[in-house]
Amino acid sequence: MRIGFFIQLTVTLLAAAFLIVPAIQSILAGLTVNYFRGLSSGLTLKWVFEVWDLYADSILLSLWLALGCLVATLIIGVPAAYGLARNPGRTSRVLEEFVSLPLAVPGLALALALLQLYGTMKGFRMSAMFILVGHILYTLPFMIRSVLAVMAAMDLKTLEESAATLGAPPWRTFIDIVVPNAMPGILAGALTVVTLSIGEFNLTWMLHTPLLKTLPVGLADSYASMRLEIASAYTLVFFIMIVPLLTAMQWASNRLSRINP
Amino acid sequence: MTPRIFAFLCLLPLAIFSLAFLALPLVQLFAGAVEGDLGWGIYLEILRTPRYLSTLWQTVVISILVTVAALSVSTTAGLFLARHRFWGRGLLLSILTLPLAFPGVVVGFMIILLAGRQGLINDLTPGRVVFAYSSVGLFLGYLYFSIPRVLLTVMAAVEKLDPALEEAARTLGARPVAILRDVLLPGLAPALVASGAIAFATAMGAFGTAFTLATDIDVLPMVIYTEFTLSANIAMASALSILLGLVTWALLLWARSFAGATVAGGG
Repeated sequence: MRIGFFIQLTVTLLAAAFLIVPAIQSILAGLTVNYFRGLSSGLTLKWVFEVWDLYADSILLSLWLALGCLVATLIIGVPAAYGLARNPGRTSRVLEEFVSLPLAVPGLALALALLQLYGTMKGFRMSAMFILVGHILYTLPFMIRSVLAVMAAMDLKTLEESAATLGAPPWRTFIDIVVPNAMPGILAGALTVVTLSIGEFNLTWMLHTPLLKTLPVGLADSYASMRLEIASAYTLVFFIMIVPLLTAMQWASNRLSRINP
Repeated sequence: MTPRIFAFLCLLPLAIFSLAFLALPLVQLFAGAVEGDLGWGIYLEILRTPRYLSTLWQTVVISILVTVAALSVSTTAGLFLARHRFWGRGLLLSILTLPLAFPGVVVGFMIILLAGRQGLINDLTPGRVVFAYSSVGLFLGYLYFSIPRVLLTVMAAVEKLDPALEEAARTLGARPVAILRDVLLPGLAPALVASGAIAFATAMGAFGTAFTLATDIDVLPMVIYTEFTLSANIAMASALSILLGLVTWALLLWARSFAGATVAGGG
């Protein structure tokens, strides 16, 4: 029994070390004057500022895209989840399955499909809207599923009937009763959408133009062409943005599964 | 406006968006694959060209290896973390799920920092030990993003297991290995199959990691990318993407029949 315990402990610790050690290295490298000479060369914020000079545009573009993606998935996803929850049946199942395709089909394939259909529409192809469409496509299923999970557990029919008896039209019922009750699902979905949009690379790499680079596209660029300290400092900036989001997302999803097991 | 019509209207934005940016592009992708000189023969061409075949083979092999490794590591860690409460457990759990939000490019960079030319392993060992850009590096990169995905599914399943079964086995004198073989693993089997399929599908479709490591072995997403951008062979890029998409989609559909969870993101 004790041997089993120590094997388990060792595997767990090794796995954690494998995941965290390079992340710590990258944080240190981004703050060290000269990584090749080691920490003894001193600590500096020089590289972080240089990242801001080089890549501020891509960081801001990613934030705007995440915001746009959030607004769009809220507008499309929340009513859609209600429509699906309200009409449970074969058609809804098929529709839900279809819009969830981007969860299963690799981003590269989706990007190729979008490029083939819209690649010749230059105005659209060259704008940030094109990347935004890709991000919405990829994150929408997460919003729908998260909201649908809450709505499926609500007694929509009784809620609606009571509201209708009191004279409320369906859209009032939706805004005043359904949406507030679905808030935990909407929150979890929103955090997932923002986290995924900021980190999305596989679709974005195919859809972006030289003038429109997102944060992860800029990261790929810095890994290929910048010195290690700058690449690391840029990764550090990404960590600072994504780790709080991920933590909040996991908190919201856990809360959701406790409310609605 | 009746509730029925309102509920229908609620689905309208989704229907319009999915038609314009999912259904029609996919139709175009299928059409684009057979538009070339070869027509439907393009799919035969995949089987006839050694380069595509060896790529397919390498992608499947590395994905299987990663799946097996991730299942072993994450099941061990998942069982341990679900069954023991100790100081620092929360921190360990956070570390093990952190890479969920990392794009594939960042995972690739993590491997370069571990095993690249200026990497930790090269610094710590005598001589030159650089394997970030080899198949070992690619394997480690895929393992890096697979561990958290499998771990979450396994831990959720462990929490649903009835501890009484394990206690009963222990009371009856079963040894730990027997408990693992006869009680725990059969109980976890659906979750293991599901998370294994998720890990396999994610590895098959991973692009960012391979892209950053620029490895010397060809994997399917990289070949699709080069066919499209360098060779401008759009028909072949489309045919290979359809093949890849169908495989990952079918696998995940199958996985979901075992466990409801879908874990986010691509490598």
